[in-house]
Amino acid sequence: MALDVFAPWDDPNAKPLIQFQNVTKRFGDFTAIDDLTVDIFEKEFFALLGPSGCGKTTMMRMLAGFETPTEGQILLAGQDIGAVPPNKRAVNMMFQSYALFPHLSIWENIAFGLKRDKMPKDQIGERVEEMLRLTRLEKFARRKPHQISGGQRQRVALARSLAKAPKLLLLDEPLGALDKKLRQETQFELMDIQETTGTTFVIVTHDQEEAMTVASRVAVMDHGQIVQVSTPDVIYEAPNSTYVADFIGDVNLISGKADPQDDKLHMHWAEGQPAVVGSPLDGAAKGQDVHYAIRPEKVSISAEKPENAANTIQGEVHDIAYLGNISTYHVKLAGGQIIKAQSANNRRISRRAFTWEDKVWLSWTDTAGVFLER
Amino acid sequence: MRRMTWFNVTSLTLGFAFLYLPMLILIIFSFNESKLVTVWAGFSTKWYGEVLRNTAFLDAAWVTIKVAFLSSCLATILGTMAAIVMVRAGRFRGRTVLSGMIYAPMVMPEVITGLSLLLLFISLGMDRGVFTIVLAHTTFAMCYVSVVVSSRLVSFDQSLEEAALDLGCSPVQAFRLVTLPIIAPAVISGWLLAFTLSLDDLVIASFTSGPSATTLPMKIWSSVRLGVSPEINALSTIMILVVAIGVITASLINKRNVVRQRREEAAAEKLA
Repeated sequence: MALDVFAPWDDPNAKPLIQFQNVTKRFGDFTAIDDLTVDIFEKEFFALLGPSGCGKTTMMRMLAGFETPTEGQILLAGQDIGAVPPNKRAVNMMFQSYALFPHLSIWENIAFGLKRDKMPKDQIGERVEEMLRLTRLEKFARRKPHQISGGQRQRVALARSLAKAPKLLLLDEPLGALDKKLRQETQFELMDIQETTGTTFVIVTHDQEEAMTVASRVAVMDHGQIVQVSTPDVIYEAPNSTYVADFIGDVNLISGKADPQDDKLHMHWAEGQPAVVGSPLDGAAKGQDVHYAIRPEKVSISAEKPENAANTIQGEVHDIAYLGNISTYHVKLAGGQIIKAQSANNRRISRRAFTWEDKVWLSWTDTAGVFLER
Repeated sequence: MRRMTWFNVTSLTLGFAFLYLPMLILIIFSFNESKLVTVWAGFSTKWYGEVLRNTAFLDAAWVTIKVAFLSSCLATILGTMAAIVMVRAGRFRGRTVLSGMIYAPMVMPEVITGLSLLLLFISLGMDRGVFTIVLAHTTFAMCYVSVVVSSRLVSFDQSLEEAALDLGCSPVQAFRLVTLPIIAPAVISGWLLAFTLSLDDLVIASFTSGPSATTLPMKIWSSVRLGVSPEINALSTIMILVVAIGVITASLINKRNVVRQRREEAAAEKLA
């Protein structure tokens, strides 16, 4: 391809910046990280996504040096960093609470790490000014952390952790304390800064939208393991399990028995309902338990039975969730199952096509959803 | 503001009278001309002059200040260390017992503390004097320091210290540059507490001192046994004054800080 796409994870010759090799971390009887192996590449914006308690924070704290792996190795640029204390690592962290030093001014907060490196005074000054410009904080240099707003504190924390130009920057739920609007603006700012500085970012978040927006690759975690690691679009469109499909975005999940026919897979899932037709699943034998995942926005809703659709099914509008730009229709099938279908509201609400208890047809193509083994 | 009812006024007056009448009488009689403590014979400041010329009192005062300074410094260091371990070490075997043991001396009768220290010093063959009083005062003051400092450390955001480590501090630097400045107010008030506790201790000092060292409370106590003199009244008034100035200054500094912080936070809110 002519386009120069940033995808070092597809290049077998690329050297990863960070390598987790069979890392296990136990706290007493509790296994926080369970035999985890993953590579993170230079200049990546890597997101660790999962519910609380899935081990994502432990992974980050091991990278920062606050925890050591019970088993396995963590390599940074080929070097085992297991025994290196946090103050000797070329890794900096932006804390969830920001952890700004309350007794120091914004300027001194940013200069703190540089002073520890015994950098000459004039260079410290230059570097701090540069960081203040990057985060648009020039006016607040002389203030103390409690004299500025939450969004500004977040930028100070970012400036402070970037000041030492680390090989790797860790961000622990960096935008959790901001309101929605500010969070969205800041996400784009983060991406800009990541691009400008060329630093590798690893971000921990439980907000899937945030992970999808900022990250080059997303690792979805559960119970100390990475369930899937891939680019946001693959995670969304081709999840490898119902867990990932369900965790990222909204999804309809149907379970049934596999029935391979020609080059398609059919799934029988309810008495009196037509089989679901889709692209085949490797190794699915006849009669095997399989799951089908389809996103609501890929299900069309219409009054008449559509011609030529691979999958059609009739139901009754049970509920309508009006979200402004889109509406989600909860359609009840004959067997009582609910299928969600989404449509864009390109008309004003008064001219909406369907209302409660209308009989409607749902349809989707044979490539719209995916079959999953687990 | 609501007007005070007669009931409130009466209880306030009675309460304050109960607290301060004895001291007030002491202060008034320290300006008494007469040598007889209970008979008023006109205003005079001559007893203050007497106190300042009495070398026995001055020596005792010097010993007291020395003891209070040294023991409060030692107690602050040890108490802060104990507080850090107790708050930071998390859960380990025997933690409850250990933390209980740190605070036990607070409720231990002073006579017992004094006696046990005396027995220890005798069995170690130590000469009793300023040094032994300092050790004894450090022993009982450090638990007070530890209580004050640990109450501050509990609300201390641990990630501040982690941030310092992350930015290149050694653990010692992280403590010196980040933790200590932030908990400094608690450490200072712990020190002040230890200082005043040592200043007015009579029982433990009596047990652990030797012929070479007499503290001011000991001196006052022994003089009073021979009869209260106007000189003692004057000396006590001076002590009350010194303590009052100290307490008022400390609370003024504290209040000014609080007011300034509130004002700055309000300004930041407006800006946001």
